[in-house]
Order: sequence, then C-alpha cells, then structure tokens
Amino acid sequence: MKIVVSIKQVPARDSVLRVNGQGKWLDESDLAYEMNEPDAYALEEALQLKEKLGGEVVVLCAGPDRATQTIREALAKGADRAIHVQVPEEAILDPFITAQVLAEAVRSEKAEYLLTGLQSDDLGYGQTGVLAAELLGFAHATIVMEVEPQGSAVRVKRELEDGWYQYVTLQTPVALTIQSGIKKLRYATLMGIKKAKSKEIRTVTLADLGVSGTDSPGAESIYLPPRNKETQMLTGDSRECARRLVEKLRFEARVL
Amino acid sequence: MSVLVVLEARGGKLIRISYETLAAGLQVGQAAGLPVEAILLGQSLQPLAAEASGYSVDKVVTLDHPLLADYTAEGYTLALEQLIRDRRPEYVLFPHTYQVRDYAPKLSARFRTSLVSDVVGIKANGSAITFVRQLFGGKLHADMVGQEKPVFVSVQASVFRAAETSGAGSPIEAFAVAIEPGHILSKPEAPFQQTQRSVDLGTASMIVSVGRGIREKDNLALIESLAQVLGAELAASRPICDNGWLPMERQVGSSGQTVSPKVYFALGISGAIQHLVGMKGSKTIVAINKDESAPIFEAAHYGIVGDLFEVVPALIEELRKAKS
Ligand SMILES: Cc1cc2nc3c(=O)[nH]c(=O)nc-3n(C[C@H](O)[C@H](O)[C@H](O)COP(=O)(O)OP(=O)(O)OC[C@H]3O[C@@H](n4cnc5c(N)ncnc54)[C@H](O)[C@@H]3O)c2cc1C
Ligand SMILES: Nc1ncnc2c1ncn2[C@@H]1O[C@H](COP(=O)(O)O)[C@@H](O)[C@H]1O
Repeated sequence: MKIVVSIKQVPARDSVLRVNGQGKWLDESDLAYEMNEPDAYALEEALQLKEKLGGEVVVLCAGPDRATQTIREALAKGADRAIHVQVPEEAILDPFITAQVLAEAVRSEKAEYLLTGLQSDDLGYGQTGVLAAELLGFAHATIVMEVEPQGSAVRVKRELEDGWYQYVTLQTPVALTIQSGIKKLRYATLMGIKKAKSKEIRTVTLADLGVSGTDSPGAESIYLPPRNKETQMLTGDSRECARRLVEKLRFEARVL
Repeated sequence: MSVLVVLEARGGKLIRISYETLAAGLQVGQAAGLPVEAILLGQSLQPLAAEASGYSVDKVVTLDHPLLADYTAEGYTLALEQLIRDRRPEYVLFPHTYQVRDYAPKLSARFRTSLVSDVVGIKANGSAITFVRQLFGGKLHADMVGQEKPVFVSVQASVFRAAETSGAGSPIEAFAVAIEPGHILSKPEAPFQQTQRSVDLGTASMIVSVGRGIREKDNLALIESLAQVLGAELAASRPICDNGWLPMERQVGSSGQTVSPKVYFALGISGAIQHLVGMKGSKTIVAINKDESAPIFEAAHYGIVGDLFEVVPALIEELRKAKS
C-alpha cells in the first residue's frame, strides 16, 4: 500500500520566541528547527504499516530550503521518497492552502493512505489533515491511537476526551490524523542516514501543484499574551525560593 | 444573516463548553448586530432544545435525524452544510471539542475555507470582529480576521464565562435535513474507557506532576523523592506518558485524568491548554519552570523561575527541615 505522510518543520521546542519587527511572525534569525512531534509519530506508524504489509512511504513537506534537513531525517528513518513543496521563507500558509497541497500530492501519488499529525506545534490549527480528506473525498478519522488495516477497510482507535476511546471502521482510501504516543519512535541508524543521501527528494512549487495564493492573510499581529492573574513569583536563589515556598504553603495557603 | 452557535451534548446534557460558546456567540451577535441561533444535532432533541431556549438566543434550531443519533463526521457535516446553505450565516461558532476537531474542518472545506480554531478572545471594533487564537501552545497570541463569510470559529474551553439563563423561552424550530445511509462512510463503535485504573488521581490531595523539563527517565527519581517527602501522588504531562516513562493512567489533561488536589506542583511543564484543563481546578498550584514566559505561570498561585534540577533538591531539603 502507498502511504503519504505529511511532516512539518517547526521551531525547536525550547526556542525563545521573539516577535519580528512587523509583528506578524517570529524573528527567525536564531531559531533552530525540528520535525513537528505528532508528525514523527505519523511517520513511525506509516513505517510500521509498510513493514507489516509492504508498499511505499512518501513524505511530504511544505517549507523553505531549511526544511530539507527535516526531510532528510524522515528519509533516514526509513521513508522511501520525499516531496518538498517549496514555499518562501516566513510564508505562513493558511491550512486550507496546505490542505490543497497535500490533496494534490496524494492524488498524483495515487496513495491509499494519508497520515498527518493531529496538530502542528507552532500554528496549531489542528485541521490540515481533515481539510485535505474532504478535498480528496476520503473518509477520515482524527486523534488516532491505533491503525489496523483490514483488506479494503481500516479499523482505527480514536482518542476521545477524559480517557475515553472509540473504534471506527472506514473504507480506504483514508486520511488519518495521528496522535502523539501511538507507537514508540525509532531513531535513525547510521546506515539509514547513509542511505537517505541517495533517496529521491522531488522539489515542486505551489504553482506546479496548481495551488494559488501563498499570500494568505495569516494573522493581523502576534504578541505575548497579556497576563491577567496575580501569580506570586518567588525570587532569590534556589534555596531561598524553596524556603519561601514552604513558608507560603504552610502559613498562607495552609496546605502542608 | 445571523450567528449560528452549534451546541454539543453528552449523556443527554449540554456540556459546559456549549454554554461558554453560547456566550461567545452572543458577544459576536451583539457586536455585529446579528441575531443568534443555537443549533442542536441528534435525535429526540426536545429536552435539549427546551434547555437551550432559556439562554437569550433568538431561536433554537434542531437538526433531528435518526442518522445523527450516533456522531459521524459525514452525517454532521452534511446536516450543517444544508443548514448553512439555507441560513447564510456570517459566523458559525463551535466549542473546540474533539468532536468538533473531527468534523468542523470538513464542513469549512465545503465552503472552501479553513476554521479559525481554538479561539481564546473576541475583539470587536464596531461591527468588525477580530478573533484571538493561541500559537505555540499558548506562548503567543494571534489576532485573526475572518476574510470570507461565513467565518467558522471554534472556541476554547474555560475562556468565556458560561452564558446565564434568562428564563425566557426562545422559539424552537425544526430544520429538516436530508441524509441517506449511503452518505455515512464511517462505522463507529460504542465509546469505551480503558481498563480499570489502579490509581485515582481525582481524589488525591497532593500531586507532584512532571513534564518534559525532566529530560530523561532516570531523572524521575528526583521527582519521586519530592512526592515521597510530601506524601503526594506522582503525575505527568502527556509526553512523559507517550515516552513510556510513566504509565498512561498518571497523565493529567484533556486526554488523561482531571484532578483537583489541595496542592498541584507543575515541574517542567509548559502549561498547554490540554494540560491546564485537567488541573486548573486545583486549590493551590505551584509552578517551577526555567522559562519565565511559560503559560503555566498564568495558572499558578506560586511561581518559581528556575532550573528544576536545582530548585527541587532545595525544596526537598526545606520540606525535611520543616517536618522535623
Ligand atoms: C488533542 C490533544 C490532547 C492532548 N492531551 C494532553 C493531556 O491530556 N495532557 C497533557 O499534558 N498534554 C496533552 N496534550 C499535549 C499538550 O498540547 C502539550 O504538548 C504537552 O502538555 C506538553 O507537555 P510538557 O509541558 O511536559 O512539555 P513542553 O511543552 O515541552 O514543556 C516543557 C517545559 O519544561 C521547561 N523546562 C525545561 N527544562 C527545565 C528545567 N531544567 N527546569 C525547569 N523547567 C524546565 C520548559 O521551559 C518548558 O516550559 C494534548 C495535545 C493534543 C493536541
Ligand atoms: N507546511 C506543512 N508541510 C507538511 N505538512 C504540514 C504542513 N502544515 C501542516 N502539516 C500537516 O498537518 C498537520 C496538522 O497541522 P495543523 O492543521 O497546522 O495543526 C501537521 O501535523 C502536519 O502533518
């Protein structure tokens, strides 16, 4: 079976986020980047499906030049090929545009499965995979924790709120948005890294895919959220902080 | 021309976030000068409709159909698409639940647009409305203006104060939807809860909770000794459980347990909304985080900006002293 997995490159987790001069995006000058975490899990699930049932795993990433690093990482972990959709530096794609890109790629690959992460760690729209499913006319399931192909159908376990779950059966082709934790992640091996160098990365533009309009309105402005709550911040060295905290918990909050 | 607010119910009752979304919808309606209609989907909706009609909406509209009795993305999308094509609303608001995450983007795609998801604020400048959403797990906010009508918006939990009943009964109208069994592509089974939990964090009076700031599994010993000194239960954010460092049953948050201890220590936890919803009911919240702009500090009563590998050992020592 052929699986397309979408992976996004996002600012590394503990980055210090500074808003740029225009106030519309981040100052990217000293940011490091990594693979969006749920996408790493989507890739893992795809690789395990392929190991079990055969087929091909194609990763798709829309991003500027720097995204090749994340693409290489996916190839090193075992993806067979990649499609890099070139977008200008600092372009913020509306999820509807990203979904069109995904849908076009899945169509041209004639893939039966589209796996996406359930949410991006940076923009957090939480919808690109579902939008793409609709554009493709695929059945879909979100927040997926188990994938069990059954011939021309697939039975998936969806996470619901508060520790509830549900199994849903869908006819393929399908789009699934994968939740973090679905499987244990693998590391790229040295062999994998070596092999990745000779794997194909097909570079295309939005125009090649027939998708118009990068100039998505995006946000009017981005900014640090205002603080509302009166949090008591304890200062001093670690010992001093610890001493004051114990005092507060004993005599003010009276919980010790 | 109206504002539609889609309500969600569970076990025959509207869930709390439905009232909050209603409040957000009423705010939008007032600013934009538009009537507000509350929308219900399912089967045998009369009791829910009667309840919703007490909340100062202009109308309650029911989409009642046997094929909507069990949720499916296809059924909900089709029913709401028919309603929206008929009503031509300017705004459609949803509660940002897992169910809405599952179908609202499918619906918005039918109108060739995306969903302004996870909204935490509404700013009105005359009748121009800006929606505030979170980026980077709450570390930044973004102001968004919906370009095309209808604007599809989902509202985050615990941001808007729940709408209050006005007592007055708004009119209830049934909207006939046309759905065939062939439209439903997915076969859902009954929801279930994972095996019996061996720890019930819900009744714990003290919880020490650890996040990705702990870096490695082996470092958990430090947090365990703090829990021991306090006589507290150990809990964690999702990534710790995803990595298998602690069992899933110790996860706090929207997909884990909801807790409300006397004291909740959040150690190396950033404070993403999915974590906050599980613990913000705690009586006293202590946050220790090296990033002063971590959203967890907004939820905390006491905060320490610092390295947990320094602060926690000092805290253990102070607690031992205080005990002896
Ligand atoms: C549908 C859905 C459901 C989810 N359900 C849940 C859920 O139930 N529960 C849950 O927790 N999450 C859930 N999540 C994930 C959630 O969005 C966050 O990704 C997660 O809570 C982040 O965990 P964290 O705070 O431990 O990690 P991070 O966000 O990576 O934060 C780590 C923090 O540690 C701090 N830190 C690092 N080193 C140190 C140090 N030495 N000393 C002090 N501080 C340090 C950093 O400054 C940072 O703030 C869900 C997400 C989705 C999309
Ligand atoms: N630029 C992108 N390139 C590749 N995949 C993406 C991109 N943006 C979003 N995605 C995919 O869509 C998922 C959901 O993203 P979002 O809707 O932004 O929360 C992500 O986990 C990715 O799998």
